[in-house]
Amino acid sequence: MKRTLLALLLYGGLAALALSAPALAPNFRTQLAFLWVMIVFSLTWDLLGGQMGYNSFGNIVFFGIGMYACAVMQRDFGLGYYTALFTGMGVGATLAVAVAALVGSAILGLRGQYFAIGTLGLGVAAGEFASGWDYLGAGSGMVTPLYPGVAGTRETFFYYVTLAIAALTVPVLRRLYSGQFGLTINAIRDDEDKAEALGMRTTRYKTTAWCVSAFFLGLTGGAVGNMIGFIDPRDVAFAGSTYGVWMVLMAILGGKGTLWGPVIGAVIFHVMQEFFWTYFLGWQRVAMGLLIVLTVIFFPLGILGWARERWPERFGHRIEANLAPTEPAR
Amino acid sequence: VDRGKSAAMSNLELLFNAPVLSVQLLLDGMLIGAIFALAAYGMALVWGVMNIINIAQGEFVMLGGYTAYFLYRAGIHPLFGIPLAGVLLFILGWLLHKSVIYRVVDKDLFISILATFGLSIVIQQLANQLFGADVRTAESGLGTFFLFGSVVTVAQIKLVAFAAALVVGGSITLFLKRSRMGQAIRATAQNARAARILGIDTDQVYAWTYALNAAICGAAGALVAMTWIIHPYLGLPYTLRSFMIVIIAGLGNIGAVLGAGMGLSIAENFAGFILGTEYQAAFVFGLLVVILVWRRFWLARQRRYLE
Repeated sequence: MKRTLLALLLYGGLAALALSAPALAPNFRTQLAFLWVMIVFSLTWDLLGGQMGYNSFGNIVFFGIGMYACAVMQRDFGLGYYTALFTGMGVGATLAVAVAALVGSAILGLRGQYFAIGTLGLGVAAGEFASGWDYLGAGSGMVTPLYPGVAGTRETFFYYVTLAIAALTVPVLRRLYSGQFGLTINAIRDDEDKAEALGMRTTRYKTTAWCVSAFFLGLTGGAVGNMIGFIDPRDVAFAGSTYGVWMVLMAILGGKGTLWGPVIGAVIFHVMQEFFWTYFLGWQRVAMGLLIVLTVIFFPLGILGWARERWPERFGHRIEANLAPTEPAR
Repeated sequence: VDRGKSAAMSNLELLFNAPVLSVQLLLDGMLIGAIFALAAYGMALVWGVMNIINIAQGEFVMLGGYTAYFLYRAGIHPLFGIPLAGVLLFILGWLLHKSVIYRVVDKDLFISILATFGLSIVIQQLANQLFGADVRTAESGLGTFFLFGSVVTVAQIKLVAFAAALVVGGSITLFLKRSRMGQAIRATAQNARAARILGIDTDQVYAWTYALNAAICGAAGALVAMTWIIHPYLGLPYTLRSFMIVIIAGLGNIGAVLGAGMGLSIAENFAGFILGTEYQAAFVFGLLVVILVWRRFWLARQRRYLE
């Protein structure tokens, strides 16, 4: 009873803070909106990388698909701004899910490093394809329509859009992880062959997981395209060497394979990134690369992974007297 | 979409009506393919010996290219960039191994992929800061051969680069076969534990392997700067091409690597001609995914035959 009250208080406080943030820090609305985007990035990556053991460098593909689909909806169908934006985001998410379902069973059959590099290739190929296709503006990209509202409300609007997406992602993933679905993808991570031998339809689960990931990334893509206002095929939509790697880094930094780890990782990463951006302009990407190397080498478990190793009983692992704490799954 | 399709069809027709054009594509593909094969051979070496997929491969190529470019700017013939890039990149590779790579050698493959990905971003962004994002080339000052009544052109530097790539590849093979360190590298590739028991300092072997790979890539990069262009962001395409070539050719067979490198480069040239150059890169990376998926189904079928 006391614990639920505490949790309720905590969640309520967080929600109040998130909802009132644009009023509290009006100058940081865009940065805060990107914080929600980063949280969605790292959570959706962790669904595959952390929970299922499929380390993807290509999730950015769904983000780009969502972005382009939304921009095309806004450009070609003559709808009002808000109608076009929200249908565009819906269409983008649907298209991303369709692509994930279509290529999922083939790509997700790849294991380990082959999956990692294959998805890396997928991301780069998508970027190159988009920068050749005239319908999508080819290399010069696309410009999203102007926001029709009063000047200064645009940032607030997109803040709440991204907040809504992030606020949708967390409970959906929480629900998925707590049930049979979560157990199955964890089994796939721990030993896929055994899981298959036990009769689990691994391909079906893997594809479903990728589709869930694609759905949220597609939604986010549509919103981010409008937030930035300009879609570059290689540097914004299919930005494999920025967003594509950052999502991996954020999940690892926070602790992959946990629900809140990626969220914590995204917050820390985003704050650091803004800091580097402000004080080391031009060198911030060098710093990001270094951060990847250092995190991977010295802190591969991440914050929550480290905490779980330190205080296993807090995470619900029971320790037998003569047994060392079990190593958290990689 | 329709227009693109018809353009592709008409390009295909053009190729059928004027077969000499294919000679051009073939020749270019073969000559450039040898350079791709060089970088891929380095990747195969590191993968086979250290069980690391080095994502920073293309960045070594890029740095080798800048070495040749700066020699050229200093008024020295860029061909001297080949040995110089080899030496400089060997040192860099050694330092990187001593600082970063040795920590991930025995880790999960994904850890090393991510660590070398981080390294590649660092090198790429440093190059961008230090050398600028402009596209550069090192003029070799050599002429061009005209064949078939000047329909087919062969830049002499491409022939020189082809020969140089063969020489570098040949000497690496010789080094691995004959020298003491080469033998130790091959022994470690076969069985690291047994090699350690037999008194081979495997840490030293790993350092040599990684540095040697960097040197090979550096030499390849010098050739790239002379025959083509360089810029800070060209790394990842070379890495992915190397990966593709290694998957097709397997680890440790230089003949197959050379063949796969040339084949890939020829396919790329034809695709660029038929689909239009704007889709050439998309074709290559799409092909990577297709090859990986096809390989998986092929392996699955092999398994079924075994059972």
